[in-house]
Amino acid sequence: MIFFRLILVNLLRHRIRTFISIAGIAFSVAAMLTVVTVLEGAVGMFSSILSSGSEMIVFERNVSDLFFSDVPPVAKDDIARWPMVSLADPVLFGVVSSADHPIITCFGVTAQDARLRNATWDSGSAAGFSADGNAVVLGARAAEFLGTSTGKDVPIGHGTFHVIGVIRTQNGFEDGGVFMPLAEAQKFFHKEGSSVITIKLRNKQDAAAFKAQVHQHYPNLIALEDAEFSRSYSQFKILKATAWAVGACGLALGGLGVANTMIMSVFTRIREIAILRVNGFANRQIAGTIFGESAIVSLAGALAGLAIGSITLYALKAIPALHGYVDVTMHPLLMLIVVLLALLTGVAGALYPAAYAMRIRAVEALRFE
Amino acid sequence: MTTHPQSATDPVIIRASSVCKSYDEGAISVLKGVDLEVSRGEAVALCGPSGCGKSTLLHLIGGLDQPTQGTVTVNGKGFGSGRDMVHFMRHEVGFVFQLHNLIPDLTMEENCLLPAIAAGTKRSAALSRMHELAERTGLEDRLRHRIQKLSGGERQRTAICRALMNRPGLLLADEPTGSLDERNSGVVFNLLLGLTHTEGVTLLMATHDRGLAAACDRMLEMHDGRIREDR
Repeated sequence: MIFFRLILVNLLRHRIRTFISIAGIAFSVAAMLTVVTVLEGAVGMFSSILSSGSEMIVFERNVSDLFFSDVPPVAKDDIARWPMVSLADPVLFGVVSSADHPIITCFGVTAQDARLRNATWDSGSAAGFSADGNAVVLGARAAEFLGTSTGKDVPIGHGTFHVIGVIRTQNGFEDGGVFMPLAEAQKFFHKEGSSVITIKLRNKQDAAAFKAQVHQHYPNLIALEDAEFSRSYSQFKILKATAWAVGACGLALGGLGVANTMIMSVFTRIREIAILRVNGFANRQIAGTIFGESAIVSLAGALAGLAIGSITLYALKAIPALHGYVDVTMHPLLMLIVVLLALLTGVAGALYPAAYAMRIRAVEALRFE
Repeated sequence: MTTHPQSATDPVIIRASSVCKSYDEGAISVLKGVDLEVSRGEAVALCGPSGCGKSTLLHLIGGLDQPTQGTVTVNGKGFGSGRDMVHFMRHEVGFVFQLHNLIPDLTMEENCLLPAIAAGTKRSAALSRMHELAERTGLEDRLRHRIQKLSGGERQRTAICRALMNRPGLLLADEPTGSLDERNSGVVFNLLLGLTHTEGVTLLMATHDRGLAAACDRMLEMHDGRIREDR
């Protein structure tokens, strides 16, 4: 208890310094948490677009981005007839533009597509989606920023399209997107096939057999399970790596703050450390007080960071322009990792100060009374 | 440094032989061949002018520093690599300095308990010992007081309690009354002498105050890095 008091007393002795160190760690943790959560959420949303009502995805092998993938229609028609396949939905991804919005995600889909089936229809319906070649369905946010509604015409690219419905989903990319009939999207983007085929199997255990069959019949295509795709897709990997790298840089800065605090803490109490040594404190006990201080600072910073990060994420979610793009679900594992990283950073920051404290010779520190 | 294989029953607790200590590669010579033997239970005063080497000698005997030449043994052992210095600091020696060297943000009780924490003494035993010492030094009503709230004399009495906490066989006191007024000097010194006698502790005390030194069993006169007289 008194050992803990020794640690606490030193932190309370320099309250402002301690507060600044805790704030440094807290903002680092909050930055890491926010960046990683937002990007993981974005990746999750993009994954959910692909996995909507399906468990597998087929696309062109060795493409850097799904926008460049081209799955031939013959492959889609053939795969749809395989006995193990329940549903095969082709989706063509593209980017369209309107007057004030140069980048709008476009989904070329069939009328039976799960995205349209599962959405909440604010107005209109899927009836006539494929029959009317000029028809589009807009996501609720897209309808909002394009300033249009069901029954009106909307200019997209070089064409004018008739809005037959407005849908609402929990996914920001879908809510901000345009759904075109597949045939119209193929004409618009000058493609014959689709970017991907999302597959629902009759029996999930056929996944391995399905992959092997795709590889055998269409060697230039690849079939992956949704989770497998999310793990291996290079764009997702880059995004996740970037998020963790940015977070790690923030945490490193926080760690330097702790190191600075601990160095100052040791320098300002050399005499006190000498007193402890004269009273029989071993090196590991002296180092324990230094590491204890840094652990308390880091832990307090991590907890404060979790709170700040949560508030920031909820604030981001509340911004109308970001509605649906920010997933504020903080995974317990992510929180644990961030707290552990903060602790590790704090301990690393205390390494040199602890080593310095252990080298303090009592006789030199006490000589100058 | 050599180690003398002597048992704890050896009547001599401190043995210094031809001890020299210099700094700056010999440019400053503080001790110039000190020979000293102190018996168990003795109270010995080291007198002499400032800079004569009293504190340096105490530091060498307390294992805080090493001699440039000569040997120092305490309880029959030198301070070479064979000695567990942490054990020595915890159980064999106690220090009282001119400035109390207490930790100001802790209470009197917490300061006294520091050696017991270092040694891993059971809490109940440590508290019992601390209460015993507090009672004998008249500090039992100051236990929860922070050091800043104590008077100079009370602080020095706290330092004595702390030094005796782990029942060391040797107490090294470096000008323990140097920062106190005459009345408090007398009180603290009598307490120090009384406690060391009742606990059977050997006391080696550096002091300018010859009046206090005269009350010890033996008085050594140091001058220019040497012990000149042994009275």
